[in-house]
Amino acid sequence: MSNGNDPRLAISFVEQSARKRVEHILDAGSMREMVTPFDRVTSHWLEMQGIVPQFDDGVVTTRGSIDGKSVVAIAVDGSFQGGSLGEVAGAKIAGTLELAVEANQAGESIAAVLILETGGVRLQEANLGLAAIAEIQSAIVALRQFQPVVALITGPVGCFGGMSITAGLCSYLLMTREGRLGLNGPQVIEQEAGVSEYDSQDRPFIWGLTGGEQRDATGLIDDFIDSDVIKVRQKVQEYLSKGVPKAFRSEAIQSSLDRLKKVDTRSQITAEMARAILSKEASL
Amino acid sequence: MNILASHRGRIWFDLLAAQMTVKEGAVPSLLIGEGELSGRTCSLLLIQPDAHNRYPRARHGEVGLLEGWALAEAVSHIVSQEATVEPVHKSAIIAIVDVPSQAYGRREEALGIHQALAGAVSAYAQARQAGHPVISLLVGKAMSGAFLAHGYQANSILALNDSGVMVHAMGKAAAARITMRSEDALDELAKTVPPMAYDLKSFATLGLIDDFIDVSSAIAPSPEDIELVQRQLVQAVKNLGGDTQITKRLQGENRGASRLVRERLRAQWKSAAPK
Repeated sequence: MSNGNDPRLAISFVEQSARKRVEHILDAGSMREMVTPFDRVTSHWLEMQGIVPQFDDGVVTTRGSIDGKSVVAIAVDGSFQGGSLGEVAGAKIAGTLELAVEANQAGESIAAVLILETGGVRLQEANLGLAAIAEIQSAIVALRQFQPVVALITGPVGCFGGMSITAGLCSYLLMTREGRLGLNGPQVIEQEAGVSEYDSQDRPFIWGLTGGEQRDATGLIDDFIDSDVIKVRQKVQEYLSKGVPKAFRSEAIQSSLDRLKKVDTRSQITAEMARAILSKEASL
Repeated sequence: MNILASHRGRIWFDLLAAQMTVKEGAVPSLLIGEGELSGRTCSLLLIQPDAHNRYPRARHGEVGLLEGWALAEAVSHIVSQEATVEPVHKSAIIAIVDVPSQAYGRREEALGIHQALAGAVSAYAQARQAGHPVISLLVGKAMSGAFLAHGYQANSILALNDSGVMVHAMGKAAAARITMRSEDALDELAKTVPPMAYDLKSFATLGLIDDFIDVSSAIAPSPEDIELVQRQLVQAVKNLGGDTQITKRLQGENRGASRLVRERLRAQWKSAAPK
């Protein structure tokens, strides 16, 4: 357990497995995993390609409580195939969220916590990963009307591809310094646009543009959080207790268009320029 | 990498919107047609190339920062205008899809392209969930994040039966690099692994296409082709019968695991409830 104020003794959330992360977030003893590794629903698509599958396909999906409040808590395991989503992994997330929507429609209050550690679509299951992400997104847009959907991006993988769009749909989005959030992975941008546009080897550059601190400074997340497990849990509790927000980040249409239409694109952008353009204080 | 801008989307938009009021959206890369389709009000939405796009990485029809938010604006405007209209009378929203990719670039990442695309996804999903029939008509490429933002939230997806119509999670060159395979090896794999294939027939086995439309030409459509597509769009709206979900996709031949996981979740749901 974390010990008082000495940060050297804090337990880092980032170093926890997906299952442990969920356990740390939920009330002690309340975690009930569904479609567990014992169900052995694995990806036959990976097996067809000679890749050893994992018994949970890289997603831990659970029900439990936080401060006594009923939630679904789902974590993607970044250590399996880069946290990529294939058919089974995607269906575990979408299916759980769909059941939470049904429960809310029937009058039962169930919020959601998503711990995102994912490169997005699993390319070995390409179109099924993309399809599953569309289904996850549909379920979040439905669920967030009833109860908060809180997303956490703590690293080390970060949240990319179609799942970065998913993060942008959540009611609240929290990141640590180690987390990164972006649509296109650095390698893909370098492949498509060239190394002068995006150098995938330049780590300070990449964290400077897409890391948690920058995403907070540009207003693209709700909170920049410490990675100590106790503090992560406290932040999740805090945001769950805020309830459904008045407006969702994905609905900030006019202010976004106004800002983006004024950007001078003759010279390349820097992290500082992005802050000046997007910060909450930036004049419109 | 240079790509040639595709004009397929614009060709189909112009022909289908011939009797409609056409206007630009928040940016010139978004075209909106407003009119009627067999008596039902409808809006056509197209993302098209704009060689003068303020964002250089979004000049070939990619869905970029401005396109994502512009789609969000157009779709959410329709939804709020018709907030009090009965679902059976809500206008149909038709996405004409010919998008080569999302925009790949430094500015795009720095300024939150993921959030712009989330704006579009959110608006389309809300439109569908509010009862608007949302139909996607695939006439060219429907790639990756661009398709998530423009078309994938539809409750019915139609596709021209043409080899130029393609759906995929990532361009072949990038996919080859990331998976450390050659493009030829990817093509070889795609023959036995349907979700990896780039062709439409394989895509349909995933439950994602409601109908193929056999046109004589996808790039120079005849009047009969246009009539056929219009009839199919009307039929697609009828077939929805008020459905606001996308769950019928799960009935696809190659969606067995998607169904199995959901069955297990449902079976375990109650016993996993917190005490």
